[in-house]
Amino acid sequence: MTASIQLQQDTATQYLLRLGDTCLILGQRLGEWCGHGPVLEEDIALTNMALDLIGQARALLSHAGAGQGLDEDQLAFLRDERDYRNPTLVELPRGDFAFTVQRNLMAATLLKLLWQRLQTSTDAELAAIAGKAVKEARYHQQHAADWVVRLGDGTAESARRSQAALAQLWRYVPELFEADAVDDAAAASGLGPRWADVQADWQAEVGAVLAEAGLQPPVGSAFRSTGKRGVHTEHMGHLLATMQHLQRAYPGGVW
Amino acid sequence: MTDTPVLADRTAQAWAVLATVLDPEVPALSLVDLGIVRDVLPREGGVDVVLTPTYSGCPATEVIQQSVVDALEAAGFGTVAVTLQRAPAWTTDWISDAGREKLRAYGIAPPGPVAAGTGVPIRLMGRMAAQAVACPRCGSKTTERLSAFGSTACKALYRCITCREPFEHFKAI
Repeated sequence: MTASIQLQQDTATQYLLRLGDTCLILGQRLGEWCGHGPVLEEDIALTNMALDLIGQARALLSHAGAGQGLDEDQLAFLRDERDYRNPTLVELPRGDFAFTVQRNLMAATLLKLLWQRLQTSTDAELAAIAGKAVKEARYHQQHAADWVVRLGDGTAESARRSQAALAQLWRYVPELFEADAVDDAAAASGLGPRWADVQADWQAEVGAVLAEAGLQPPVGSAFRSTGKRGVHTEHMGHLLATMQHLQRAYPGGVW
Repeated sequence: MTDTPVLADRTAQAWAVLATVLDPEVPALSLVDLGIVRDVLPREGGVDVVLTPTYSGCPATEVIQQSVVDALEAAGFGTVAVTLQRAPAWTTDWISDAGREKLRAYGIAPPGPVAAGTGVPIRLMGRMAAQAVACPRCGSKTTERLSAFGSTACKALYRCITCREPFEHFKAI
């Protein structure tokens, strides 16, 4: 067994890991749809988006680890659960198709808004990654919005499933926009925006799609998920077991 | 090469070689047509090539890098070093006019200008494409989008209402 790597978690590294892990873990979840899509076109669409997200994660993790002599594979496969900094939203099991497209809408809207602002990051490499990723995120958002409306405003069954998915997902939204020291440091140094800075735009864009879909978000609750701080749900361990298996079983394996 | 040609000649020759290296996913296009060759810099004993990736997760990137090395080394350019440069990000606006015509002839509707698409508000696009994509076979603009993602991330699936043929569209990005 390869021992887990130790990573210095300064605020800039945590900021990069939040972005990189959001892409990595959502990419892993979307990859699970391979061979399981409701129709062939959507099977292809979801896995194409997974590929974009994994590509973005590779660039972000390479960048996050560069200063510490760690590469993208070590960061993706050899960290312990507590060292992953993705918001809980993206680690939840993939659910049904309604759940998947609604989560994609939430995540793609967040990422698109962040990439737009990160193009002017004082970190030139991060700005370059954002310049490419923002184009991809627009297509992801459009795809998800298209389906959220079709299902929400579709049959009684698709509307029922859509409303149920929204009820499940909505409690994980507040975490996305909770400000903390990591975001404050990024905003102060010009590394990137506080995620809270994109909340108003996120609510406007997601709200417009939900309204067109005829879906009503549930009222807020006091519950707060904590993935961005490294405290994950029980689903994360199972996801990592699958994702990390090869590197743990065959240390340093390449093809 | 017995004589070392002057720098300008070697630069032009290297570009000519790269114009014969085809994209593995869209073999109708060369890397030069696709607009991903950003710079060619001959140096003592070899040449440096700067490429920009098309999509973050494009699985063809590694194959393309190796094809560039193989083609230039086979043409006698010495040691070839390929670097990837992300900024400025690749855009379909960099696909050459010749490349667009090759795409059409190959059966893939070429991308429209990027600026036209960036302001589109996020809402249900509808299956009848908001911006008409002309059928690469019959030229009809009465087409519908079947799926936003095709056989590769860079393409979407369309169908021509007039001639009933399905076709792929290279998305503007």
